Amino acid sequence: MDWGCFVIEFLQVIIYGIVLGCIISLGAIGVSLIFGILRFAHFAHGDMMSLGAYFGLVGVVSLQLPMYAVFPLAMGATALVAAALDRSIYRWLRSSTPIIMLISSVGAALMLRSAIQVVWGPDNKIYEAGIKLPYIFYGLRIKPDQLNIIFGTAVLVVLLHLFLHKTRMGKAMRALSDNMDLAQVTGINTERVIFWTWMIAAAMAAAGGIFLGIDTRLNPIMGWRILLPVFAAAIAGGIGNLYGAVLGGLLIGIVQELSTMVISPAYKPAVAFAIMVLMLVFRPTGILGGKE
Amino acid sequence: MSLLQVDDIYGGYGNADILHGVSMHIEPQEIVSIIGPNGAGKSTVMKAVFGLLKVRQGRILFNNKDITRRRPDQIVHLGICYVPQEFNVFPSLTVHENLEMGAFIRKDSYSEQLDHVYELFPPLKDKRGQSAGHLSGGQRQMVAIGRALMLNPSLLLLDEPSAGLSPLFIEQIFERVLEINKSGVGILMVEQNAKQALSFSHRGYILSMGGNRFEDSAENLLNNREVAEMFLGG
Amino acid sequence: MELAGLLTYFIFFLTVAGIYAVLSLGLNVQWGFTGQINIGVAAFFAIGAYSSAIVTTEASPFHLGGFELPFLLGILAAMFASGFLAFLVGLVTLKLRGDYLAIASIGIAEIIRLFLKNEGWLTNGVRGIPAIPKPLSGLTESGDALLFLLVILAFVFVIYMALERLYQSPWVRVLRAIRVNEDAVQAAGKNVLRFRLEAFVLGSVIMGVGGGLYAHFTTFISPSAFDPMFGTFLVWVMLIAGGSGNNKGALLGAVIIWGVWSGTEIFTSRLPEMWVTRASAIRIFLVGALLEFILIFRPQGLLPEKPPKTPGTARSEKSGVSPAAGRADT
Repeated sequence: MDWGCFVIEFLQVIIYGIVLGCIISLGAIGVSLIFGILRFAHFAHGDMMSLGAYFGLVGVVSLQLPMYAVFPLAMGATALVAAALDRSIYRWLRSSTPIIMLISSVGAALMLRSAIQVVWGPDNKIYEAGIKLPYIFYGLRIKPDQLNIIFGTAVLVVLLHLFLHKTRMGKAMRALSDNMDLAQVTGINTERVIFWTWMIAAAMAAAGGIFLGIDTRLNPIMGWRILLPVFAAAIAGGIGNLYGAVLGGLLIGIVQELSTMVISPAYKPAVAFAIMVLMLVFRPTGILGGKE
Repeated sequence: MSLLQVDDIYGGYGNADILHGVSMHIEPQEIVSIIGPNGAGKSTVMKAVFGLLKVRQGRILFNNKDITRRRPDQIVHLGICYVPQEFNVFPSLTVHENLEMGAFIRKDSYSEQLDHVYELFPPLKDKRGQSAGHLSGGQRQMVAIGRALMLNPSLLLLDEPSAGLSPLFIEQIFERVLEINKSGVGILMVEQNAKQALSFSHRGYILSMGGNRFEDSAENLLNNREVAEMFLGG
Repeated sequence: MELAGLLTYFIFFLTVAGIYAVLSLGLNVQWGFTGQINIGVAAFFAIGAYSSAIVTTEASPFHLGGFELPFLLGILAAMFASGFLAFLVGLVTLKLRGDYLAIASIGIAEIIRLFLKNEGWLTNGVRGIPAIPKPLSGLTESGDALLFLLVILAFVFVIYMALERLYQSPWVRVLRAIRVNEDAVQAAGKNVLRFRLEAFVLGSVIMGVGGGLYAHFTTFISPSAFDPMFGTFLVWVMLIAGGSGNNKGALLGAVIIWGVWSGTEIFTSRLPEMWVTRASAIRIFLVGALLEFILIFRPQGLLPEKPPKTPGTARSEKSGVSPAAGRADT
């Protein structure tokens, strides 16, 4: 292979990595937010992404809505499910240890996934049939969908940034993440802030799920399969750190795709795992630093 | 009518009591210091007042209203604010955001109160955009006290406001506390720097082993030889 | 005829419950005793099953094999392989905090799953390994299933008795102390990492035995048999329902939850036609709901942990009464 071809292929793989990284980031943001405030690893987060993707399917196929309308709808619906999950399950376990919360989130993951299977069936589904021609720049191919994923993620991250820094509730979320006890002493209604945290985390997850569905296909296990890279991204970025989660997502996405140039693509998830373990062993606070 | 009245309270964190019958009262616009050796239950009394631990027996009245066993978020609404000894700012929030969080439960405009706090602590005004985690210890203490003032409380609980500060900063903080008091806020304060604290307090309580030992005007306590020998370091 | 059918079903039921009991006892060493969260039980289960299958089957062009070792050596191979995997995994991950171990363990399970699926030379990939010998078969005319059940029960009994003995030992006392307050154990000069590693390996070895027994029971294994639902979550629900930290609880949980799981089949088989295809999803949903119910209303399980009474530990027991509620975040 000559050098020109290699560089083109390399850049092409990077593009795929960025697309995958965007999807992972949207999941990792939620995992990071929830960990920052409630101090437990939320194992049902991948399945929340699946749920968002399937709510998107309802919008696209059943309601025949355009994509830009599908997003707020699916994100809102997923947020409501997350809020309901918190009210019905997690809230009752708040005073127990993070480990018990973690196990209960594994149970919640099972429930979400099987509910998806009951409602939509176990088969693969797609939003739209047909192949869209990619744009080609200097030999690099990029599909319109992929551009939308990158652009859409950027918009959502900017919106989230504004929410966290410009609104009262957003600032309170950061305050809780810093110090829950102090927030309580200050008189902040922590339960309400936690409620909002779930809604935001789930909405981000839903968007990530729809993007994942656009990029690949929908099936009930899609979210569980991406959970490992999502956790890896949140850890790599420094758990509790929003921008770290985005960077971590991009890192995991790009390295996963690059690894396919060297090893069998079947082992992509192993790469996420390897990065995660390396980070945990050598730099547990993540790239940008996070919480213990 | 006392601002705060603590009647013979017993309580602690788990099953074992730390407080064995503590009583005290604070009149409106008073500065009252609680001093005593380590482990006497000084901070514990304050936490009990603020609803942070279980009061097993006795009662606590604020403006003649029973607040025993109320939660902190309810107590805040009544006009008591609390500044913990450690971890008392939100480190990743800016100074300004910290103060905003102090006013979180206020539905009305609080810009006047914000100006008041910046007036009280001029160094904060220049640092308003900085993360509180990057401030010096003294400035952090200013943020913590400023945050607590945002609700315009009638009683301020300060848990060792001088802990870990250099003498220069201690003086500054105590000066501010005096000024806050002059603006009409009652202050209950736990202090290790007993002499210095008593020097600007109206009254003081000396606790030991979870119970009252002495109570008197600050002046009398400072002049009491037994107190001086045992609790004020000679 | 009816009765014979019922008996066959009963033997089948107990056999599977027995295999689950082994897994559940293994998890009890990790979670119940030590507080380690292994969400990759399926990986050790699968490694055990494949190891035993590979060393006991006849030569085949489709996968590694041809050693034709006897059943018991197969189980030994299963123990060794899953223990070795646990050792490697443990060396890297046991230094980490509890929730990181949980995350790492799903990674390990995923990698093992991919490995079994993709390394066809070893495992025949998704087509699986058939013709795994069943011990004691052909000795009697129609009693194969019953004899095998006895084999399983013998394994359950031996493992249970061994763990009960172990539970009284200073070794487990240290593990329990690590669970409640790791720093104190460290301060007492104990090598916490080593104790954790030993517990993790022991638990995984027991899970490997469960895998080996499973392989010889079904005589055919493929990667799909070890999906996280059956290989991991059901085991967790069993242990938590039965009582984390209590070996009897692990046994009871295995029987009851396998009973519930089988029972839901009776329920879902009565559903209208269009729902039948989704029956297994409904059952999984119910298991998830059951887990939440237990965690909220009876976190200590049916048979709560009963720490042995020894004078030296009388005080520390107080802080760890309920294994679930008092569990320290390690």
